[in-house]
Amino acid sequence: MDIAFIIEKLILISAILAISLVIAMYTTLAERKFAGFFQDRVGPNRAGPWGLLQPLADGVKLFTKEEIIPTHAGTFLFVLGPSLSMFTACITTAVIPWGQDLFLFGRNISLQVADINVGVLYVFGVVSLGVYGVMIGGWASNNKFSLLAAVRSASQNISYEIAMGLSIIALLMMTGTLSLREISEQQSGMNWNIFYQPLGFLIFMICSFAETNRTPFDLPECETELVGGHHTEYSSMKLGFYLFAEYINMFVSSAIMASLYFGGYNYPGMHLISNPNVAALIGVAAFFTKILLFIFFFIWVRWTVPRFRYDQLMKLGWKVLIPLAIINIALTGAGILFFGK
Amino acid sequence: MNSLTNRKKVLESKKMNFWERIYLPAILHGLSITMKHFFKKKTTIYYPEQKREFSENFRGLHSLKRDENGAERCTACGLCALSCPAEAITMTAAERKPGEEHLYREEKYASVYEINMLRCIFCGFCEEACPKAAIFLDGDIAKAGYKRDEFIFGKDKLVEPIVK
Amino acid sequence: MSHSLFYLLSFITLFFALLVVFAKNPIHSALYMVMTFFAITCQYLILNAQFLAIVNFIVYMGAIMVLILFSIMFLNLNQDTEPQKSSLLKFAGVISAGLLMLTLVGAIVKTGGGDVPFELVNSNIGLVKNLGKVLFNEFLLPFEIASVLLLSAMVGAVLLAKKDIN
Ligand code: SF4
Ligand code: SF4
Repeated sequence: MDIAFIIEKLILISAILAISLVIAMYTTLAERKFAGFFQDRVGPNRAGPWGLLQPLADGVKLFTKEEIIPTHAGTFLFVLGPSLSMFTACITTAVIPWGQDLFLFGRNISLQVADINVGVLYVFGVVSLGVYGVMIGGWASNNKFSLLAAVRSASQNISYEIAMGLSIIALLMMTGTLSLREISEQQSGMNWNIFYQPLGFLIFMICSFAETNRTPFDLPECETELVGGHHTEYSSMKLGFYLFAEYINMFVSSAIMASLYFGGYNYPGMHLISNPNVAALIGVAAFFTKILLFIFFFIWVRWTVPRFRYDQLMKLGWKVLIPLAIINIALTGAGILFFGK
Repeated sequence: MNSLTNRKKVLESKKMNFWERIYLPAILHGLSITMKHFFKKKTTIYYPEQKREFSENFRGLHSLKRDENGAERCTACGLCALSCPAEAITMTAAERKPGEEHLYREEKYASVYEINMLRCIFCGFCEEACPKAAIFLDGDIAKAGYKRDEFIFGKDKLVEPIVK
Repeated sequence: MSHSLFYLLSFITLFFALLVVFAKNPIHSALYMVMTFFAITCQYLILNAQFLAIVNFIVYMGAIMVLILFSIMFLNLNQDTEPQKSSLLKFAGVISAGLLMLTLVGAIVKTGGGDVPFELVNSNIGLVKNLGKVLFNEFLLPFEIASVLLLSAMVGAVLLAKKDIN
């Protein structure tokens, strides 16, 4: 634990935080732009060239809005809700391996904040914690619609967490490790897990849509039934936190899908590049390309598929995805037994 | 029961087959449709810079007309105000002084003529009611503003400028 | 280092556990309980039992407490609607809780838990690999029986929840 190590980690943490915030910021713009494109419009284009300053304008707008705390709301919990959402969204980035090691100043710099050997489980833990932000906020608002949204989001998250966990067990059976770094390393070149686990990936992806509250599973903030859902009573930057946390979650779950199933920082032909630093940097670029593609997919789906009805959502989670995930586990087990992966 | 038109269609709700039930092909189809739209030519008209052509009978902002000598046509008869369903028009009449014949066509004219654009519904009744062909809704779209006062259009904004 | 950490965490755990009991509002109670579980998770971490820590985190904090919160939210409990328990009941509660505590303290004293916090002989026993090996070799039978037990509980719950059994 020398000084250089601490500095290195501090730089890495701030860089990752900054990158995820900037990406989330521009995802809000991309969402509106692409929504426009999908509907034959052009989207926001007034703030700066092609509307590139729009996220800043939105931020300024949210910051300068009036701060309203409802009279009968529990003040502490009311503030805690959005903060918790934001916090849990941010800390997942700690275990994601962003690239191979760099060799700089005679040091071996790892592009991962913490390589804990239960990385996948850590991600799950944080994801399962994420629902508290919505629940506490929804309850503290002292509003029926917010409460309903909180209850919905709690049951939705719990239901889909099960299918998500089961789908990932099949993957873990193949990789034999819980560390995201080792999982990434095993997929070097084109040896991506998606080719062995297509069904598992499908289930995982559907569940991550549900966990991030994105359409078609955005029932917690279903405007047509619940006014604004859990953030009905929120204004100003507290509302901003809730909205922003959704985009950070989207970024993080894209990163996790990319590193679990799409090879993380691996790309075909990475062994041909002799300079390890160049190879690692291209790897980082490849990883971010994959993440951005996933974010685009999230947006694409949002503007295509309408929202599920609540009973359909539950049916899909419990009666379709969980049995499918169990079948997938059995298939994977059989595969490992016969082909020995 | 016989329907009146014999055109009613009875929808049959047949059981979905396997491919329809797993839902994914339909989603993929939907995704391909939205992707097609992604690359389509955009139909947006960039409003303040570009304008869509108005139709022939478009009713925009009002203008008070002048006759061929440049004198105001309105005689403050009040028929427009009377016909206005939104009660948007108010005016004050005044008598024309000698020597003002080049300014006002009739002996009586409107010294104040105001239309509240927040009340106006652009129905065009004022235009139809006017016996002097003094008011027409041939202007632009009403502009946005920050204060209510800005929407009360007086003669300075309504009377058309003198064409030389 | 790890001893002071242990005492700090124990203090936090007990503090929030007491708050669970004393909080007037059931929702606050539940949230304090979450904090208690979190402190316990940290305790597992300093014992190097990563798997247990994370599972405690996911299952207790992430699922069970969410479900408890969920049902409390539906019940709309607050100070006004809370039924007043008779003092006899309160008395009985205090007595039984006191007895339980006595038993626990007695057990700890008997087993000779000295003043040093518990330390593991093999500090890697809590890692996923070792835990899995132990579970599926030495304790395979109890493990499977427990899972069958859980399964039957689940089936029972489904049966209870179903409106008409035929
Ligand atoms: S257009 Fe209709 S509403 Fe507007 S001023 Fe004329 S009569 Fe009144
Ligand atoms: S605009 Fe026409 S109708 Fe209205 S007061 Fe003048 S002359 Fe009369």
